[in-house]
Amino acid sequence: MAKYSLSAPLTGEVVEKLKIGDRVLLSGIVYTARDAAHKRFIELIKAGEEFPVDLHGQIIYYVGPTPARPGCPTGAAGPTTSSRMDPYTPMLISSKGLKAMIGKGSRSLEVRKALQKYKAVYFAAIGGAGALISCRIKKAEVVAYRDLGPEAVYKLTVEKLPVIVVNDCHGGDLYEEGRKKYVIS
Amino acid sequence: MRRVDCVQIVEAVAKLCSEINIKLNPGVRNLIEEALKKETSSVGREILYQLLENAEIAYKKKLPLCQDTGMAVAFLELGQEVKITGGNLYDAINEGVRIGYKREYLRNSVVRHPFYRVNTGDNTPVIIHTRVVEGDVFNIYLMAKGGGSENTSALKMLTPAEGRQGVEDFVVQTVSNAGANPCPPLIIGVGIGGNFELAPLLAKEAILKSGEQKDKRDEDRELERTLLNKINRLGIGPQGLGGRTTALAVYVNTFPCHIASLPVAVNINCHSSRHGKINL
Ligand code: SF4
Repeated sequence: MAKYSLSAPLTGEVVEKLKIGDRVLLSGIVYTARDAAHKRFIELIKAGEEFPVDLHGQIIYYVGPTPARPGCPTGAAGPTTSSRMDPYTPMLISSKGLKAMIGKGSRSLEVRKALQKYKAVYFAAIGGAGALISCRIKKAEVVAYRDLGPEAVYKLTVEKLPVIVVNDCHGGDLYEEGRKKYVIS
Repeated sequence: MRRVDCVQIVEAVAKLCSEINIKLNPGVRNLIEEALKKETSSVGREILYQLLENAEIAYKKKLPLCQDTGMAVAFLELGQEVKITGGNLYDAINEGVRIGYKREYLRNSVVRHPFYRVNTGDNTPVIIHTRVVEGDVFNIYLMAKGGGSENTSALKMLTPAEGRQGVEDFVVQTVSNAGANPCPPLIIGVGIGGNFELAPLLAKEAILKSGEQKDKRDEDRELERTLLNKINRLGIGPQGLGGRTTALAVYVNTFPCHIASLPVAVNINCHSSRHGKINL
């Protein structure tokens, strides 16, 4: 298990170094997007229209924070279940150059294949640690789809956001490996 | 006749919404601390510590424990000698949720229609189940239920021949299928018996009333221990990254059923198990 501190934009070389179980502290820019925003992203790609954010080398965090109290950038901000984004993810990786995602729960075979083919990575943040993660978010601004409320696309500036590599670009899956290690049959 | 006024109900519900979302249930905290003594996986231990740290930060900064502050579910116990004054009882419960969620900056997580998914903007409607009971009690058991864990819950109509073994297998399989999605370590409610609609209610009630275990039958307690043990052999562990603590607790609730049936429902709740009780 290695420890890294990283910021977007991520390159293929950096992603290649990451192995399942590695602990990573992310700083800098992270974009948020959930189901509704993903659906719109894909519609734009299919229609060949202009994209509201440049995802090249970027990180998407699957999150819909609670409303911010006055004076705070955001409220609680833990990850949501990633599998709901599975149908959309391979296209964002292949045609928009997305390099990393943060969420919780396992990904489809198609997503895992896309990670290998295009050298991208999937991180898990701690589900239900919304308050802890909130403290690592320093700034939040809506960059697209304000009408979606908590599902709008935000550009977050984070500092030392703790994540764990779950699917690396070498085909590793920490959910499978971790479970195998501790199962008692 | 004892009178309970809607104004009291609104305020009590609003207050409890904020309390359960911001302050980790003390029972759950104890269970996490106990689990730390037994967890052998290093990533598992790291996560359990972070959950405790999360609870401290949430309490200090008045932040919700989790960003999914849930859809509100209320199990109402209404004594037949209580008279509700000052308005409509269900409206009062909804108003309490509306105020509590707004006041404490909790997330509105309800859409108006399953297909046309427009947010209702105030986290209502509340899902309310009512039971009329003897005397003049007025209790509301309130839960803020997250979508991630609710989505992995399941119901199955077993045959009587499948028996206890069938129930155990179904519960363990449901948890196994859920994997990391419902944010383990989990709190699990199991409803056995009743019928197609009652079994899930029994399962949810088992979690809501987990603090009131006195009257539980010995056989049910024994089944809880067996299920917890089997579930924690799955290896899923905290956040599904491998470990011994897949579930913190299993609560069983049984009810009579038809001679031809054996319904079983599993309600999965995450570590951020947010529920509490109002007694007016
Ligand atoms: S499953 Fe529970 S802890 Fe996880 S995101 Fe949902 S509500 Fe939060």
